[in-house]
Amino acid sequence: MEIKQKVRQFFNRFFKNRDIGDDDNIFELGFVNSLFSMQLVIFLEKEFSLEITNEDLDINNFKSLKAICDFVQSKMQTEVAK
Amino acid sequence: MNNQKTKCVVWDLDNTIWNGILSESEDVTLIDGILGILKELDNRGILLSIASKNDEISARKKMVELGIYQYFLYPQIGWNSKSDSIETIRSLLNIGIDSFAFIDDQEYERDEVAHAFPQVLCIDALHINELLQMDELHPKFITEDSAKRRLMYQNDIKRNKIEESFVGPKEEFLALLNMKMTISQAKPEDLKRVEELTIRTHQLNSTGYTYSYEELEEVIKSNDQLLLIAGLEDKYGTYGKIGLALIKCEKNIWTIKLLLMSCRVISRGVGTILLNYIMKLAKHNKVSLQAEFVPTSHNKMMNITYVFSGFKKVKNNEDIHLLQNDLNHIQEYPSYIEVTVENDVIKVDAYAK
Repeated sequence: MEIKQKVRQFFNRFFKNRDIGDDDNIFELGFVNSLFSMQLVIFLEKEFSLEITNEDLDINNFKSLKAICDFVQSKMQTEVAK
Repeated sequence: MNNQKTKCVVWDLDNTIWNGILSESEDVTLIDGILGILKELDNRGILLSIASKNDEISARKKMVELGIYQYFLYPQIGWNSKSDSIETIRSLLNIGIDSFAFIDDQEYERDEVAHAFPQVLCIDALHINELLQMDELHPKFITEDSAKRRLMYQNDIKRNKIEESFVGPKEEFLALLNMKMTISQAKPEDLKRVEELTIRTHQLNSTGYTYSYEELEEVIKSNDQLLLIAGLEDKYGTYGKIGLALIKCEKNIWTIKLLLMSCRVISRGVGTILLNYIMKLAKHNKVSLQAEFVPTSHNKMMNITYVFSGFKKVKNNEDIHLLQNDLNHIQEYPSYIEVTVENDVIKVDAYAK
């Protein structure tokens, strides 16, 4: 829940006045530019203290709000497991 | 052997740039020949800065009076250690510590810097007359962009000041810059800059492949390779040529061998435009589009650029990843920039074959 709120706040900074559903594909909606993608990765790394590796860089991990939250969740679990 | 070329020379002031110690006497004069040395290094595109232990206001005033202030970026004048000053300059310029040289008449200061940063080339001020002959201070290329490099950094400093004081979304700020990007096929006169970019760029560099001038000449003559170059300007002036792409065009399939963008434009939101253009071009020519990517410790940003533009990994060949884009979703160019393509798509049809 908290992850989703934080990511949604980040989205709101970029996509003003647009409601984005949990499963909406942000790439297909045409929202993604280079500033957004770099800042999203930096934001996720800082906010949730994780390292996004080249292996993690798969569009399926970032295509929607839900995908991002699932990805962060699983990264955080593997971090804890270490 | 250290083959690293120096990108920035950091100078002491007292008894290095001028004769005497400013805090003891206001009456200091420039060291013989120093002005010519500063001008020549500036012309070669080598950045200059200052690390001096002095009162900031009087040292700055003296530099202006002697007519040398404008040559230096981010002068560090105060009471910090010189290694701290160099680190500050390094982070502001966003270049590697191994591309720094430091000149000081005091052995203590040179040792202090060398101890903190063994990669920095430390030079005794006694030897400044040999400076211009040193191999490290001869850039491999001096291009039109080299001579303008300091000015381009100074324009950046102006932009950043305005950006810092701007409250509101980043995109609204970018819209105020009136950015214009021009994409064209590289011409013979661009090739020195192309080679320079392949050597100088590490962060936004997809494969790190380098090409010699002769190889590049072959590339632009051949009809199965496409070399695109992008220039950027805004209301503060030009950024010069800041991006390039080399594409191998085979029947039905194009492969981006190299895509790079100068790190100076990383915060300008223009990193994907050249890639988007290539995607449009490939789609127009009805070919499929692939890209090679070689991961390094520096170039994750370029991987992000590819992935977020819809490229997916299709093959791992040892160190080289092969990515592919189905070209189903191509982003429009951002609204804050005007994009001009010099050689229109129709001419490039020859590459589709």
